[in-house]
Amino acid sequence: MSEIILNPKVQPQVPLEAQNVTPDMFAGKSIDEIKNIEIWFGNEQVSLSEFFDVEGESADNASEIKIIIDGDVDNTKRIGQGMTAGEIVIKGNTSMYVGSEMEGGKITVEGDAGPWAGRDMKGGELTIMGDAGDYIGSSYRGDWRGMSGGVLTVYGNAGNEIAEYMLGGKLVVKGNVRIMPGVHMNGGTLIIGGDVIARTGGEMKGGTIVVKGIIDEFLPGFEFLGVEKDIEIDGELLEGNYFKFKGDNATKGAGGIIYAATKGNAHIAP
Amino acid sequence: MELVKNVVCPFCGTLCDDIVCKVENNEIVGTINACRIGHSKFVHTEGAMRWKKPMIRQGDEFVETTYDDAIEKAAHVLADAKRPLMYGWSCTDCDAQAVGVELAEETGAVIDNTASVCHGPSVLALQDVGYPICTFGEVKNRADVVVYWGCNPMHAHPRHLSRNVFSRGFFRERGRADRTLVVVDPRKSDSSKLADVHLQLDFDKDYELLDAIRTVVRGKDILYDEVAGIPREQIYEVAEVLKNAQFGILFFGMGITHSRGKHRNIDTAICLVQELNDYSKWTLIPMRGHYNVTGFNQVCTWESGYPYCVDFSTGEPRYNPGETGANDLLQNKEADAMMVIASDPGAHFPQNAIMRMAEIPVIAIEPHRTPTTEMADVIIPPAIVGMEAEGTAYRMEGVPIRMRKVVDSDLLTDKQILERIRDRVKELQASK
Ligand code: SF4
Repeated sequence: MSEIILNPKVQPQVPLEAQNVTPDMFAGKSIDEIKNIEIWFGNEQVSLSEFFDVEGESADNASEIKIIIDGDVDNTKRIGQGMTAGEIVIKGNTSMYVGSEMEGGKITVEGDAGPWAGRDMKGGELTIMGDAGDYIGSSYRGDWRGMSGGVLTVYGNAGNEIAEYMLGGKLVVKGNVRIMPGVHMNGGTLIIGGDVIARTGGEMKGGTIVVKGIIDEFLPGFEFLGVEKDIEIDGELLEGNYFKFKGDNATKGAGGIIYAATKGNAHIAP
Repeated sequence: MELVKNVVCPFCGTLCDDIVCKVENNEIVGTINACRIGHSKFVHTEGAMRWKKPMIRQGDEFVETTYDDAIEKAAHVLADAKRPLMYGWSCTDCDAQAVGVELAEETGAVIDNTASVCHGPSVLALQDVGYPICTFGEVKNRADVVVYWGCNPMHAHPRHLSRNVFSRGFFRERGRADRTLVVVDPRKSDSSKLADVHLQLDFDKDYELLDAIRTVVRGKDILYDEVAGIPREQIYEVAEVLKNAQFGILFFGMGITHSRGKHRNIDTAICLVQELNDYSKWTLIPMRGHYNVTGFNQVCTWESGYPYCVDFSTGEPRYNPGETGANDLLQNKEADAMMVIASDPGAHFPQNAIMRMAEIPVIAIEPHRTPTTEMADVIIPPAIVGMEAEGTAYRMEGVPIRMRKVVDSDLLTDKQILERIRDRVKELQASK
């Protein structure tokens, strides 16, 4: 793999939009050409080198390129948007839309990521070592088709409405989430290691949600199916006892499944 | 004294069109038919101070200037900014709004209206799940079950109940007696006092209650004996009232658009209305606040494809409330200049947003002295639409109504001011 290192200079107050920072865009370009790739700075386009020092070695194929962003880019949006191959490592925090619409390849954010990470994700692997914001693995505003493939993993906590309108793929949050995980979910798998405040799977019609922590409040529109021991989700065995629910019966044709660990969740069973 | 009839009230989204204004010496001195808040707007009570001349800030004070100078300064601020924000728009007419969208496109700005802090969530929800709406006329003539959810029309839209609930209609000859009024509000209010059924739910539990009602309407049982503080039996009773309506209408306000979950509360409310159509005829209308907040969403949608929070920075319109809303831009410190028109964010925005407004150049196109103008660098006073200028506005359910001019003013209109800023910005951009 050829490594291209982007060293952030200063992050301006008006955000940068770097949808051009993907292995796909860098492939087949020399380092000098990469320096001149345009990114948005507010309503103006500037060359990448204005905000990043660029060094390393490029390659012809996206799949042979690893982009290392060596520091915080917490006011840079859309890194890795729509990428299909190769790898990006962000050694710090980043802003909104990292890995949105990605179809393949791998992104690792070593710090935190902003909202809409992995929005409309179709494939590939997006890993966030820190916390993530709202709407990760969601759909575009007004669209009823969200994340459809790939694996999105967050090691920290996440915000509201994650996996909104999810269709497929796998979203794992090891920490806690806020309200409405899996709202309008139609397919795919959402696994939450920590706690949920409320409205898990609101208006869901399909897919599976597993919550290992505590659900503070649960929706009344679900049907209680009993307790299951050691469940198997996507070929992975999750040990322990789980309450099983089907719903959300507020919606027509509801067939979503929620597993909630029995430990700490006795209050949500009828 | 002269009486000017059939005047449209430029205050709330009810847009009453039967006001009579009493005019003396080119001044409105009284009204007939208007409610108290509408009347106050017409006669300018409550110590309002009008700006009579454009103002420019010099140090800590404002000095009088000409329209030419103020517009020149405004055009420079907007043309030089990297992420200008244009906010407000809800108390002016559609033609001015259309010029505003053009100006936003010209300057690569983000344009947003007051919907983003009131019924923006409703707009988001209707994009997700649809919009089964009707007009006031249908409500008055047909509705036999009227629900007000999360709103207090007696105070916020004072003539709404008299026009839609108490009034007699073609199929509702006895008026109020022919209708069942349901109010859903965690508090007792002057509207809930009038209701046949008051669902006094727990705060922030609108989504839970709607989830339960939808489940019951669909013939399924709910998990718990009590949801949102409402007992199971009452949820079943209300579901029956809703299903047995001949023509039902759901009016909803800020109490549900801004309680926990925001647009998802509206989303599930809209779905409830859709599903009730399996049993009866049901529609809904959002209780829009400013008289032409609906108009901006209409204008912006036909100009750009999106109703509010539109980002023109890359030349093509993009839209994402949560990122491109006025508060998002201010609180994330993205905006580097702001133009405020026909609204008062200085009085209504959260502290963090105001702090950013204080840091950046602010242009206020505003007839009165307001907290926003206190923060402004340039103040450009317009004639007030609906009183001193005519124009079109959209009533809350989307009916356009032509507003009348009642008295004369020598101030420029919002539209004229915006056109002049736009033309100057174009010249500046061309010379860049
Ligand atoms: S209800 Fe609204 S539109 Fe009607 S008179 Fe009162 S303020 Fe004006």
